[in-house]
Amino acid sequence: MARKIRVLVAKAGLDGHDRGAKVVASAMRDGGFEVIYTGLHQTPEMIVQAAVQEDVDAVALSILSGAHMTLFPRVLQLMRESGIGDVLLTGGGIISKEDMASLKAQGVGELFGPGTPTGAILDYIRKWAQEHRGATMEPAR
Amino acid sequence: MKELLRGDARSLARAMSLVENGAPEAEALLDEVYGARPPSPRIGVTGPPGAGKSTLVAEYALLLRRGKRRVGIVAVDPTSPFTGGAILGDRVRMSELSTDPEVFIRSMATRGSLGGLAARTEELCELLNAWGSDVTLIETVGVGQSELDVAEAADTTVVVLTPESGDAIQSLKAGLMEIADVFVVNKSDHTGADQLVAAIRSSLALRPEGPWKPPIVRTVATRRQGIEELHAALESHRDHLSDPAVAAPLRREKTRARLKNAVREGLLDALWERRGLGALLDRAAEGVLAGTVSPYRAARELIERMTDDGERSHG
Amino acid sequence: MANAATADTFETLSGIPVKPLYTPADVAPGLDARLGKPGEYPFTRGLHPEMYRSRLWTMRQFAGFGSAADTNQRFHYLLAQGMAGLSTAFDMPTLMGYDADHAMSLGEVGREGVAISTLEDMEILFQGIPLDRVTTSMTINAPAIVLLAMYVAVAEKRGIPPEKLGGTVQADMLKEFIAQKEWICPPRPSVKICVDMIEWCAEHMPKWNSISISGYHIREAGATAVQELAFTIADGIGYVEECVKRGMDVDDFAQRLSFFWDVHNDFFEEIAKFRAGRRIWAALMRDRFHAKNPRSWHLRTHAQTAGVSLTAQQPLNNVARVAIQALAAVLGGTQSLHTNSMDETLGLPTEEAATVALRTQQVIAYETGVTSVVDPFAGSYFVEALTDRMEEEAMAYIRRIEEMGGIIQAVERGFPQKEIADSAYRFQRQVETEERIVVGVNRFGGDEEITIPVLKIDPDIERRQIERVKAVRAKRDAVAWERAMGALRDACMSDKNLMPFVLDAVRASATLGEISDVFREAYGVYRESAVF
Repeated sequence: MARKIRVLVAKAGLDGHDRGAKVVASAMRDGGFEVIYTGLHQTPEMIVQAAVQEDVDAVALSILSGAHMTLFPRVLQLMRESGIGDVLLTGGGIISKEDMASLKAQGVGELFGPGTPTGAILDYIRKWAQEHRGATMEPAR
Repeated sequence: MKELLRGDARSLARAMSLVENGAPEAEALLDEVYGARPPSPRIGVTGPPGAGKSTLVAEYALLLRRGKRRVGIVAVDPTSPFTGGAILGDRVRMSELSTDPEVFIRSMATRGSLGGLAARTEELCELLNAWGSDVTLIETVGVGQSELDVAEAADTTVVVLTPESGDAIQSLKAGLMEIADVFVVNKSDHTGADQLVAAIRSSLALRPEGPWKPPIVRTVATRRQGIEELHAALESHRDHLSDPAVAAPLRREKTRARLKNAVREGLLDALWERRGLGALLDRAAEGVLAGTVSPYRAARELIERMTDDGERSHG
Repeated sequence: MANAATADTFETLSGIPVKPLYTPADVAPGLDARLGKPGEYPFTRGLHPEMYRSRLWTMRQFAGFGSAADTNQRFHYLLAQGMAGLSTAFDMPTLMGYDADHAMSLGEVGREGVAISTLEDMEILFQGIPLDRVTTSMTINAPAIVLLAMYVAVAEKRGIPPEKLGGTVQADMLKEFIAQKEWICPPRPSVKICVDMIEWCAEHMPKWNSISISGYHIREAGATAVQELAFTIADGIGYVEECVKRGMDVDDFAQRLSFFWDVHNDFFEEIAKFRAGRRIWAALMRDRFHAKNPRSWHLRTHAQTAGVSLTAQQPLNNVARVAIQALAAVLGGTQSLHTNSMDETLGLPTEEAATVALRTQQVIAYETGVTSVVDPFAGSYFVEALTDRMEEEAMAYIRRIEEMGGIIQAVERGFPQKEIADSAYRFQRQVETEERIVVGVNRFGGDEEITIPVLKIDPDIERRQIERVKAVRAKRDAVAWERAMGALRDACMSDKNLMPFVLDAVRASATLGEISDVFREAYGVYRESAVF
């Protein structure tokens, strides 16, 4: 079934630096995705309830505050408890390679550090959505 | 399906996606859902961008929650005509509601639909109703022909204006002024609010008198002011609608319009899928470009082909 | 900007076209009047006649992480290494007005800066530091009035009166709504509190800069240099107008307004920006606001090298970037400077990285000779043409904002936010199409493993900080606290200057979160509309 890829882009925690999140959201829009942008200061509970309601293919968190080792696992746990453990959890920010590996081991998807071209993030999500959710992009009418 | 009727959010969300994407199961789902619960009021909220619709919707939902009602919100934003993507950002203003399980918020992109609503907005409202929504709020894009769309989908249409739109009231599309059941002057603490109210009043005075006189409510949504008054106005319109003399013709009109839309959409889909309209269109376009046929003739020929073929094959 | 061999157009980072050669014909007539002499109106060439020949800029490195004790240790270290003044970085909970034990603080305590919830924390932070001899800058905005009160209270306890204290509190809420997004209340009450601080400091803390009108964050969020210049000055105009509306005499407070520029990669553009900024502000203060004292016309500024220009890939390259940016700031005539550490994109700076950053400034100051002459680029056809152009473009923006009814209106309408989002997206597209080169990222790069050490924050800090806050609440005098909080609540409902009330609350051991909650109650919590 050809359909749109829906992604939730959220700023988790108190970090207010949203330049990256907005640039990524804009790139996603330009890539044909439907981006549900939740804004700043989202708690894990807020993020997951939104992800459930919007039936997204992926949740993308932007965290530059160093709080990622607390926030990513918490979001992942809530996603599983809410029955959307099959949804991709990805994101980016200031996250060391070490921490990325640790989070991946817990079930978080690829994470993207500073300097990542937006195309790489979009390709990753597209590929993932195709493999796991059977989503192919809608042809133009 | 059963879970949805019992109020499960995930089932509702998944059902919404199936319907939005036109999945084969969607029709059966909608058939089942229609009439599962008595219809609850639908309130459409429209107005120019920047009027504060999202904040107003959020504040009104909070009021409804204080009255222990279950709330459904559908927020529509435009799809980019160039890329097919969309940024759906209405939830940003609704953060306070996003951990309340009794509020279901769904963002929709117009996906090519020309009005301010998406093609399946009404269907999603049906699903929300089945889920148990006591009141469903529909927030539109606020540009284009959105006004007509929302007036068809909603029982009560709220038009939100701000003093900044005051100058534009002369040029505000006639449609916007005519479909409002309730006017809201938001950001009414800004200068120009009084003038705006006066301008709306004089504009209303020019219209022929109908059975319902749209009230004008002043709000400052960011400070939670005027929301109670809005509620009173909405309830008042609801009472007006409950009068069978009013309700019956309206409902007939809306049902007919809805059917017409559904048929029109369905026809185009059917022609595309079953009659290869896509490929034929491409060929016709080539002809027009080459100058061998005028666009008007090409379109006529296509339409004849689409309609005649059917008759011939039945013959 | 592009690889020289392939570019069709050459532009500054702001998009100003750059010719291969500049001649006297490129400089509009009347340059002498536009330049003046350093120390004279319009101060294009600098605020003082001798600039760094008589006194170097203040080397002021931003520091803060973990607990107050950890940061205190870093403060002492940096002072010992020759740093001239302190600059404090607070953690996210503190910046947002939450105590360490608030639900929103989970996972964030001590991570982006030092955790300060109580007066006790503040005392530990400045342990052993002579507040009457060292100046301190505090990068704090939404709850700035609380931190300022705490600083005053700590000094008070040591017998140092407020008039002896020197330093800066950033307290620029307008740029928060535009760019940094650390807020509590909506714009108007937030600005009111900023004006309270300016008013109170004008009377009680003559050596204190009661605001740091910032372009840094605006730039970091994606603005071009021209936009940074324009929006910052527009913010400045906004604050001055609010102060004047309150009945203050402009000469009473203008000398203690300070500014804060970003210093990015485009070397000449940054120098031009500093010069244009001084000239624009001097004209505004003298001709529009009729300040009489020449010192009221000064745009005094701190500068920080651009965090956003640093890369996680090949972090050692950042040392080169920072050095060049720092040089631009010095040639632009900054009053104080922070140089970023090379590891900024990986985490908070390690001691080693912070030391290299400081040494970079010292190399410029003591080894390069640029401090021997004031404004050496004056008269350069290119730099003067660029300075004029930047002034022109910034003034066009400023006029547009005036037409909207001023900066507060413009912010409420989302105008600067939209300009910034557009510039940010444009820049990203330019990097991705290699129209702009970022060394080590889209050119000359590889996927090397990053091997420099990264600062790790002890996760136990959060638990210990929570315990400390709870202990303070438990052992304080509840009656005094209730009384002070009640008075503060009442004051918020009036238009009284809040500073004395916050001071009383702080003396009664009210916590940062508690005082911020009073503001939340009284003024409401701000919610942004996302602008793309």
